[in-house]
Parts: sequence; structure tokens; C-alpha cells
Amino acid sequence: MTELLFGHDLCLFRGDRCLFRSLELVVNTGELLVIDGPNGSGKTSLLRGLAGLLEFENGNVRWSGDAIDGNYQAFRADLVWLSHRVGCKADLNLVENLHFESGLRATDERRLPAVLDRMGLNRLTDLPLRSLSAGQQRRVALARMLLAEARLWMMDEPFTNLDRAGQALVEELIAEHLEKGGSCIVATHQAIEIQGRTRRVTLQ
Amino acid sequence: MNDVILNMPSLLSGFSAVVRRDILLAWKRPGDMLNPLFFFAMVSTLFPLAVGPTAEQLAFSGPGVVWVAALLAALLSLNSLFMSDFEDGSMDQLLLSPQPLPMLTLAKAVAHWLIAGLPLVLVSPLVAITFQMPARTIGVMMVTLSFGTISLSLLGSIGAALTVGLNRGTALLSLLILPLAMPVLIFGARTVSMAAADDAVSAGVYFLAAYCMLMLTLAPFATAAALRISNE
Repeated sequence: MTELLFGHDLCLFRGDRCLFRSLELVVNTGELLVIDGPNGSGKTSLLRGLAGLLEFENGNVRWSGDAIDGNYQAFRADLVWLSHRVGCKADLNLVENLHFESGLRATDERRLPAVLDRMGLNRLTDLPLRSLSAGQQRRVALARMLLAEARLWMMDEPFTNLDRAGQALVEELIAEHLEKGGSCIVATHQAIEIQGRTRRVTLQ
Repeated sequence: MNDVILNMPSLLSGFSAVVRRDILLAWKRPGDMLNPLFFFAMVSTLFPLAVGPTAEQLAFSGPGVVWVAALLAALLSLNSLFMSDFEDGSMDQLLLSPQPLPMLTLAKAVAHWLIAGLPLVLVSPLVAITFQMPARTIGVMMVTLSFGTISLSLLGSIGAALTVGLNRGTALLSLLILPLAMPVLIFGARTVSMAAADDAVSAGVYFLAAYCMLMLTLAPFATAAALRISNE
């Protein structure tokens, strides 16, 4: 068990409002970190800060033991990001979207049929994403995440728009990822039940 | 460390993935691509009708009109450069990909030029015929327009990145871009006029090429920095 991501003395303001200060967090390999708290408490902002999309007012973040600042490229190669938006093009079909993704990061495209099968998407490959339902689009985003083979998953409200089977599938995917030695940070206000080592950060 | 290196795809694959995707998107929505082109063709073919048909008047106003129409057509299409990426969350994915961001913004600008700039250069000889330009002038016009539209796509990507987070940033984008685009307009139109008067044109062409190179080296980095700020 080694330390993967470590945040020390984190502080973030949005406008004049302090979302959190002196926040400490750590994620080791094979662990899940759940960020919870009510709406507007800064879950997404904390996640975006850890990913490097936002700058913390104060504090430092370490990735695999090194300061993250000079190390972003290695960090991003090992990170997939699932936000509440799909992050795919509505005019392209899912194969075109996933193909684009594999140009940005090394993915094993031979796994594509298996991944689509797992996500229940293999009959929808010819349709542009705009004609899929919100839940199906969500599954496309999850398929992209699975193809990326990154060690750290950052997920913002992963259960949005998914049916019950879909929500169970997300929990199953996370559990498998943890078992393989991956780590996961999930920001959600919903209950999440996963077999495995779980840490929790609660924002007020 | 080994698997980190394995996870890094080549620089070229990210660049070509972005170019291919943007061209594919433009192909699926041809209206977005054709609008600026129609604007350019319409403005510059209406002018001869309004100004007057004598060869003298046309030779005098032609280069200026073609260049102003090209500049405005380029501005028209720039606004949407990062808009859809920003709205559907693809921007987060680009910012968080292991590829260096300046490389990806350069790819966006190159794709924009291929979609909006190159067709404009290719259509310009048709427009030039309505101004009764001789063949040599048409050649010079196409060369200067090529350098000019590349510069505008790159320069415009900086402005588009700065204004993408704002609602209705079109006016602001024009205000930001136009002062910096003035040298392109002045040298471009003047060089074509000089070609029409059988003067030497190399100085103007060299200037435009130099401006283009400056943009090619600086704009991707400025655009990348602007995108990170806009996306906070």
C-alpha cells in the first residue's frame, strides 16, 4: 500500500466565501476516497482543485510522493476525469468519440467491444450521442473511463441520470478497480456502498 | 516509472486526433463552415455592383474589399472555436489529457484554418474575377490571404480562449482581436494593391510571413494559458 495522492493544508475560496481551509486528505493505492457534503459545499471545487483545474489558495498536493506542480504530465497520464457533464461530442457517435480519446491518451482499442458490451452500449454504436438518453450518454462517459486504464479515477456525482442497474454497475466497476490496485476519488451526496478500503472527507 | 512512459501517447497522435475530430464535426454540421464563406463571397461580390463597373474603380477598391471581407468572415467563425468544447465538458478532458495543452490549442487553430481559412483562400480567385484582377495579382492575393488567414486563426484562438467563459463574448472578442489584426489587414491589402500596380511585393509578403511565424510560435502558449484561466 503506497501513497498515491496526498493533500496538505488545502484552502479554497470561491468569491469571498471560504469553502474549506486546513483540509488534509490522502488516497493510497487500492483505496476509495468519498467526498461528501450538502449541495454547494465545494465537493466539485475540491475535486477540480485536486485535478489541477482550479488553483488552491493555499496548501500543497503530492502525487506518488513528488510535488504535483512539476509533475502534471505524469499525473494526467494516470488520471481519468468523469464530471457531471459527459465530455463527449453530441454530433459524433460513440465509436468516433472513443477513438478521439485514444488519440489523447494511450488506450487499448482491442478492449473496445468488451467494454461496450459491459456498459450495455453495443447496439448503439452508429447513433450520434445526441439521440441517446441522458443515462446512455453517462454510460458512454463510463466506457471512456474504462478504456483509459488509468490508476486514479476522479468522479463527480457518478450516479447522476443512471438507472438502478447502472448505479450498481458503477459500484461494481469501482470495486474491481480498487481490487486491481487502482484508486478512486468520488464526490457525491448519495450513499455509496463498496467492498474495500474507504476513506471519507465531509465538507460543511 | 516504466508504465508512466507507456501511458504517454506520442505528441503527434494528440495533435492529429484533435484536427481529425474538429474536421469531422465540421463535416457533420456543414452550415457552420459555409456561413463565413457565403458572407465572404456575398460581401465581396456585392461591392462591384455598388461601387461601379469601371475597371479603374474596381482595381482601386478590389484588394481592400477582399481583405476586409476576409477579416470579418474569419472573425465571424472564431467565436465558436472553443464554445462547444466548453459547453459539453470536452474542455475539461482536453485540459486533463496527458498531452501538452499548447499542442492541442495549436491543433484547434490548425483545424479552424482548414475549415474556415483554406476554403476562403480557395474561393478568393472567383471573387477576384469580379474585380477584373489580372492573374499575377490573383496569385499574390492568394499567397497573402494564406498567411493572413493562418495568422488570424492563431491570433483569434487567443481571443476565443479569453472570452469563452463569458456570455456573448463576440463584441469583446472583436475588440481584443482587431487591433492586433490591423497589421495583417494593412500589409495584406497594400501588397495586393502594389501587385496590381506592378510594384515589387516581396517586402509585404515577407512581413506577413514573419507575422504568421510569430503567431505560430506564440499563440499556442498564450491560448493554453488563457484556456486554463477561463476554465477555472
